[in-house]
Amino acid sequence: MVVRRGGSLEGRIASSEITPHEAFLNRRSFVAGAAALGVGALALRQVPGLIHSGAVHAQQKLATVASKYNVPDAQTPFAKATTYNNYYEFGTDKSDPAKNAHTLQTRPWTVEVSGLVKKKQTIDIDTMMKYRPMESRVYRHRCVEAWSMVIPWDGYSLGEFISAMDPLPSAKYVQFLSDDSNKDMPDKPGGFNWPYSEGLRMDEAMNPLCLLTFGCYGEALPNQNGAPVRVVSPWKYGFKNGKSIVKIVFTDKQPHTLWNDMAANEYGFYSNVNPNVDHPRWSQAHERRIDSSTFPRTVPTLMFNGYGDQVASLYTGMDLKKNF
Amino acid sequence: MPTRWIPSIKALVHGVCLLPLLKLIEMYRSGALGLMADPVNWITHFTGYWTLFLLLTTLAVTPARRLHPRLGNLVRFRRMLGLYAFFYATLHLSTYLFLFSGYDLPTVLSGVRAGHPGVVVDEWKAVWPTILDDLKKRRFIQVGIFAWVLLLALAATSPAFVLRWMGGKAWRRVHTLVYVAAASGCVHYWWLVKKGVRAPLPMTLALAALLLARVAWSARKRWRNSVANG
Ligand code: HEM
Repeated sequence: MVVRRGGSLEGRIASSEITPHEAFLNRRSFVAGAAALGVGALALRQVPGLIHSGAVHAQQKLATVASKYNVPDAQTPFAKATTYNNYYEFGTDKSDPAKNAHTLQTRPWTVEVSGLVKKKQTIDIDTMMKYRPMESRVYRHRCVEAWSMVIPWDGYSLGEFISAMDPLPSAKYVQFLSDDSNKDMPDKPGGFNWPYSEGLRMDEAMNPLCLLTFGCYGEALPNQNGAPVRVVSPWKYGFKNGKSIVKIVFTDKQPHTLWNDMAANEYGFYSNVNPNVDHPRWSQAHERRIDSSTFPRTVPTLMFNGYGDQVASLYTGMDLKKNF
Repeated sequence: MPTRWIPSIKALVHGVCLLPLLKLIEMYRSGALGLMADPVNWITHFTGYWTLFLLLTTLAVTPARRLHPRLGNLVRFRRMLGLYAFFYATLHLSTYLFLFSGYDLPTVLSGVRAGHPGVVVDEWKAVWPTILDDLKKRRFIQVGIFAWVLLLALAATSPAFVLRWMGGKAWRRVHTLVYVAAASGCVHYWWLVKKGVRAPLPMTLALAALLLARVAWSARKRWRNSVANG
């Protein structure tokens, strides 16, 4: 099997202790990348329906700064990352969200912060977006269904936002509740415990890798990717990342999470990417890497999706086979 | 249906049954497959779906014939429909073996073209443990294989000379296994979707209706016989 080495993130980070030379290189590749993206976008726009299948999102360029958290893997084309989504509120087939998510109204939008915080408040999405400079971070994204993408997300560390919210010392977990209004999602399938609920342990949420995400590919998030705000914790399976968040709740107990409610033996609370713990239906040792090739290559899955250096210490002493 | 129509209808059925295959080839050729995010997954699902659909169509032949005396010769299409179901099942299984499993088909093909036929085996050695693991651990794979083996047996015993050799009664009894294959296909489908997903429901209801039609028919026949004999 030809294995595409997913070059280590660690090396990347070490080398990006910004020296002027590095900065120059970064800027140059950034400019080249931006130019390539621009040309690509122009070319793609000539093919109707390719990028914006059904005008699902209004294009909104985001101003971002470079980040040290980038993996060098080949990126997934925008058209693929925005037409292959698990967003069950808009249908259970992965092609459904791109077709149906146009009903989601992302303005006006507020996020209610409550639970164990000094001050409960409701924050407007535009205020939230401006709170910190947005970084563009290229992350690996591993779905529990054994496929993966490489996506440039735009946002800032969730931890910065959490600190600004002043949670009480008793807050041990943070829960993310997604939109489930009938207005935005008129055709939610039955049998699920809506709204979508996900959660992280506080120290996980504070890890700088955990990204409060407002965009991808330099644009505001398309609806099907979880507009206007979602979480991205790249060392966990994709479903851990709540989309279209309307409530953030600080709790002292582990919050319930939707997929764990559905099938506790299949989806644990932690759901860290772990090639040694199989899902009953999928081996987690490998993943189909969705990039620009016709047939995705199968590559080995890395522990913590390759982010072990940043996050492994969160789990020292824990049996990750039990706490899967 | 007049007998003289049969050859042209047969040609039509061949055409319709080959459409999914043509669509696959056309999507590959035009590059549409490459624009798809996860073509491996798509082909697996596409071929699986058509296998089950054709199996149910095969099962629908007998109840359809009973609707009207003039539909009797529909049975002339049953075997070919069943063979097409087996054909797509085999395509589905091959998709699993040579794409879904992680077998790197593109690299193998370019390797072979470049004069290194050994890659075929090397690649197989690399994915074999994954496949073995699936066979041992995953019940949706096990029941899928079971269904395919049944279809293989039915396809192998489908030629007219086998029927003659086995005798009509034994042959028909063996071939009721197609119901077991279809039911296993439905179970396979339910076991592979996530909890809460109801995509397999329409096919399952269709199978249930076909089974019911069969039960109802034999009940009616028994009742009629008892009336006639009583
Ligand atoms: C007669 C036999 C079979 C039938 C009727 C059948 C039918 C199906 C159907 C209906 C699907 C889902 C299609 C969809 O979502 O639209 C499917 C998926 C699948 N089948 Fe089969 N199948 C059969 C045999 C097999 C065999 C022998 C294997 C492999 C050893 C297999 C492996 C798979 C896999 C891997 C998937 C996709 C699972 C996933 O997405 O995770 N099937 N099949």
